[in-house]
Amino acid sequence: MEEKAKAVELPSVTIDGVTLPAQWNRMFEPRVINQYDISVLEETTAIPGAESLGYCYQCGKCTGVCPIDTVGDYSPRKIFRRTQIGIPLIDSPDLWLCTTCRNCLRVCPKEVNMIDIMPAVREQAVLEGKAPQELLTAFENTARYGNPLGEAPRKRADWTKSAGVEVRIMSQLKAPVDVLWFVECYPSYHPRGKDASVALARILDKLGIDFGILGVEEKCAGDSQRMAGERGLFEMLAEQNISTLSKYEFETLMVTDPHAYNAFLHEYPKLGGSYKTVHYTQLLAPLIDQMGLSQEVPARVTFHDPCYLGRHNGEYEAPRRLLEAIPGIDLVEMGRCKERSYCCGGGGGGMWLDSFTRDHTSARLSEMRVREAIEYGAEILAVACPYEVSRFEDAVKSTGNAGRLKVMDISELLALSMGLIPMEALA
Amino acid sequence: MRIAVVMKLVPDVVEELVLSEDGKRLERGDIALKANEFDEQALEQALLLKESSGAELTVIAAETGDVDEMLYTALAKGADRALKLVGDGLQDGIWNAQYAGILVDVIADVGADAVLTGVQANDDLDGQLATWLAAGLGWSFATVVSGVEAAGESLIAKKEFAGGLTANLRLPLPAVLGIQASPEPPRYAPISRVRQIMKTQSLEEREVTAPAGSITVLSLRPPEKTGGAEMIEGDVQAKAARIAEVLAQQGI
Ligand code: SF4
Ligand code: SF4
Repeated sequence: MEEKAKAVELPSVTIDGVTLPAQWNRMFEPRVINQYDISVLEETTAIPGAESLGYCYQCGKCTGVCPIDTVGDYSPRKIFRRTQIGIPLIDSPDLWLCTTCRNCLRVCPKEVNMIDIMPAVREQAVLEGKAPQELLTAFENTARYGNPLGEAPRKRADWTKSAGVEVRIMSQLKAPVDVLWFVECYPSYHPRGKDASVALARILDKLGIDFGILGVEEKCAGDSQRMAGERGLFEMLAEQNISTLSKYEFETLMVTDPHAYNAFLHEYPKLGGSYKTVHYTQLLAPLIDQMGLSQEVPARVTFHDPCYLGRHNGEYEAPRRLLEAIPGIDLVEMGRCKERSYCCGGGGGGMWLDSFTRDHTSARLSEMRVREAIEYGAEILAVACPYEVSRFEDAVKSTGNAGRLKVMDISELLALSMGLIPMEALA
Repeated sequence: MRIAVVMKLVPDVVEELVLSEDGKRLERGDIALKANEFDEQALEQALLLKESSGAELTVIAAETGDVDEMLYTALAKGADRALKLVGDGLQDGIWNAQYAGILVDVIADVGADAVLTGVQANDDLDGQLATWLAAGLGWSFATVVSGVEAAGESLIAKKEFAGGLTANLRLPLPAVLGIQASPEPPRYAPISRVRQIMKTQSLEEREVTAPAGSITVLSLRPPEKTGGAEMIEGDVQAKAARIAEVLAQQGI
């Protein structure tokens, strides 16, 4: 910005019979963009993976769809502009707010790819010791205990004690299974996650599916840590999981967690682990006829598409087919659904950045989403990602809506209708 | 300045503690071990000293379990050398007096003029390591320290006393410090860096013999449950009434 743009004007000019005095015919000479000192932008786009930030041509399409912009002043367009005028992304709170929900990439004509940019720049920040402490605590827990919650690794399969059906552990089974269920961390340890795991175990048992779990041998799949900038940790976990999985024979790898789904589909194969991977809703949807969905679940239900099942991996139908098959359920769609779905705020490390995010936004994404569900008259918010139950339940309370909206995993709703968990769970 | 940071593994209480059959010790094979968190504070303090005054930093740990990862992580954070003490009998764990007995020679060989270690550990049954070390080495000593600065031939240590009092003490070198807290939280070692260090650097090893233990454990058992928490149910009015009642009963 060394020079002011030069004005070019004529005292008076007549065009098509209209006379334009100087102030109406004034034009500015084009200002060349490299009059700016763009060294900060160049430093950022030099980070492998972050190149596409430089493609932005400021059309603003992303701003209209970025969930963070609904609770703050944020979008790829703004991130580009700030970097261009010399604010380093690596030192900015902007770096940690993106949930990698992928909505901007859906609309961006220039394919500015936050899904690559964010982990790349964050990795640099982690190496330089610039990451928020709460995120580092989650990384440390994951490295030490194999789960971000800091729970005892030996208790990873403790939830099976309340399943009421046999859940076989591969190391004890010593036989092939059809379905190896990769349970993941929140479904193993979080109280509400465990409820969903119990429900799913009962469904699999009822369907006579030959399945097993890894139990204490299972480690976090690590995808969100990767998106949050800890690629080394992700690689370590992936190597451990791949080595564990190589000991066992199975047809299908079933995951509860869309983030694990994403990792097994796209990232593990790069490290030598290729599996036929399905999300549990995809495994169950073709089996609807055998499920015996007999009990009515009389409720108006809406479904929140998990970013990593929907936008990232294109699965919108399996969860809906399951919900529609449950008698009594009146499924309503929220305005922001399917590929345009909103975000719960937990992805890309958001799960472990709640305090940080609170300081830089006006509300939690989960709170915005819960309000939306209530606007649509929903009594139950159905989810299919283990991050969401806890996030949305907290949001129901913090928005003063306790008692107005229930948050339930699809597996819980199915188990209710199959008579596998008591109807009191609805109360 | 040459700084030695002495670290040790302690039982990780995230997992259940398992007692041996005779009830006299923890079953070491069945419990989880982790770096003593106060030792991590000591390491961070030493790294800050290194950054501010160019010290050379050696991290030392006896192999009372798998200490490799702890030592590689210290290297990844910025320690210059990592020294693993190996020998018979260490795997069953050692008392602090024994550890100090081993360390006196080691520290002389390392040529350290300051030793930093955690103020305490969750398995300190025979006194704290820093105290034993200072006595063994005959060096100047401060413990419950929450900040250290280099000042020529001495260290300025911020020491906490009871009642919220703190004092800045000048300790002539050589000195032993028991670190309560570093001014900064222990830094994070990115896993890629730790793994890189594992490939490119190796731990130094030194054979040691532990002196005989000084105490005998007669029995060890989990604390007995006494009472429990009362969950107060009901609406706000009922909860408030119950809280008031409890406070009145207790004479608080
Ligand atoms: S990925 Fe989602 S949160 Fe991140 S910038 Fe794009 S729209 Fe916003
Ligand atoms: S949609 Fe793409 S090109 Fe348009 S402003 Fe956003 S990042 Fe830039």
